[in-house]
Amino acid sequence: MVGIITYGAYIPRYRIKTEEIARVWGANGAEIAAGLGVKEKSVPDLDEDTITMSVEAARSALARRDIPRDAIGAIYVGSESHPYAVKPSSATVGEAICATPVMTAADYEFACKAGTAAIQTCMGLVKSGMVKYGCAIGADTAQGAPGDALEYTASAGGAAFFIGNDNPIAEINHTCSYTSDTPDFWRREGQTYPSHGGRFSGDPAYFKHVQGAAHLMMEQMGTTPSDYDYAIFHQPNAKFPRKVAAMLGFTSTQIKPGLAVPRLGNTYSGAVPIGISATLDIAKPGDHIFVTSYGSGAGSDAFDITVTDAIESDVFNRSAAPTVEELLANGKYLDYALYAKHKGKIVMQ
Amino acid sequence: MSVPRYWRKQLNRYNLKGSKCETCGRHFFPPRGLCPECRRDGKIVDCEFSGNGTVRTFSIIRTASSDYDIQTPYPLAIIELDEGTCMTAQVICEPEEIHIGMKVKRVFRRIIAEGNGGVIVYGTKFVPA
Repeated sequence: MVGIITYGAYIPRYRIKTEEIARVWGANGAEIAAGLGVKEKSVPDLDEDTITMSVEAARSALARRDIPRDAIGAIYVGSESHPYAVKPSSATVGEAICATPVMTAADYEFACKAGTAAIQTCMGLVKSGMVKYGCAIGADTAQGAPGDALEYTASAGGAAFFIGNDNPIAEINHTCSYTSDTPDFWRREGQTYPSHGGRFSGDPAYFKHVQGAAHLMMEQMGTTPSDYDYAIFHQPNAKFPRKVAAMLGFTSTQIKPGLAVPRLGNTYSGAVPIGISATLDIAKPGDHIFVTSYGSGAGSDAFDITVTDAIESDVFNRSAAPTVEELLANGKYLDYALYAKHKGKIVMQ
Repeated sequence: MSVPRYWRKQLNRYNLKGSKCETCGRHFFPPRGLCPECRRDGKIVDCEFSGNGTVRTFSIIRTASSDYDIQTPYPLAIIELDEGTCMTAQVICEPEEIHIGMKVKRVFRRIIAEGNGGVIVYGTKFVPA
């Protein structure tokens, strides 16, 4: 069955605390941190972007399980922050992991769910026999305008998954999606920062689509929340995934391993991929995982995953690359001035 | 740097692809087509370096050209790769953190971006191992 052959995550080492951002804008940091459930967020280094993080995540995946580079037939990078408007991130990733030239590649954009859309595409290519392995990446150096609510959470990171059907560490039993034209968050061509509909991004957007895909998945699989060991939901903050999990009937214990947002922030396209990675870091054979992403605009992709014996076998070395927990540890904290420099918010002449 | 010139070195910069002489075992980065020791007796083949190495010496760059100015101060080091050859590269750490003998490993980073509209050059830098 088609599934995850190997995976890897990447998170930059820099952090800024929610209270430090609030200090600059004269807001109550403790109140905002408690409201969002986000204490701090990751910040990219001056020379990091979606391409560099995607390469590091893919290399970590290949360190855990070495697969023939000429068997990688497709690479898709999902992001809202591709460094080029025209020139594929995926081709650079392919070159950097030595998978070129006999492969197809493309960049995806669907707000925060482009990474899970990439997983679905790779599943289709593998199932149809068009490729042996496909690489799906979700990564972002997320943007949030200075002083905007998004600035408290927009962070950086990503994860890569190699999809195939040759002894996967986790089988993807089923996937389904729920999509509608809902303008809750957007960024027009040439604009540096995204715009959003404020509270409109809640009920008619995030909650409607996440619940829509989640209900569809459980209906098609004939499952209930108690059939799953773990669940991962898109995490723009800690409040939304906790609330939607409770609405669907999942417990806080089920979502805890995959909820990285309190210490990571919202990595946009990287959010659910990092949540899946964090869960696979601790998963055991037989564990049943429920996943639902969300991308503004709007849509959700759901996945039903079962971890296999391969995750603890000789073909896979989980400790060959850092876990999400290890990547989150030992962050280096920046003040707002250095953060602004790292994010390119200071215009230099 | 012109786009074709950067592109020609791309494979070397991304994956530390060099060469080695199978006759004497010496490694070269950037790659050489002829072994300076073995000359015509040498047999040169392509090789990829592991990306692990040791800082042999370094300098802290405090005044850089405009494209690198935002990163100052930063350490620039001569790194002896585990396979035996040396290369010059940026080490991503605090200036006070770097020292001779420090173990480092490769990472994939932006090297330079030619303004807001030019090409972005990627390649290998190092971080403490």
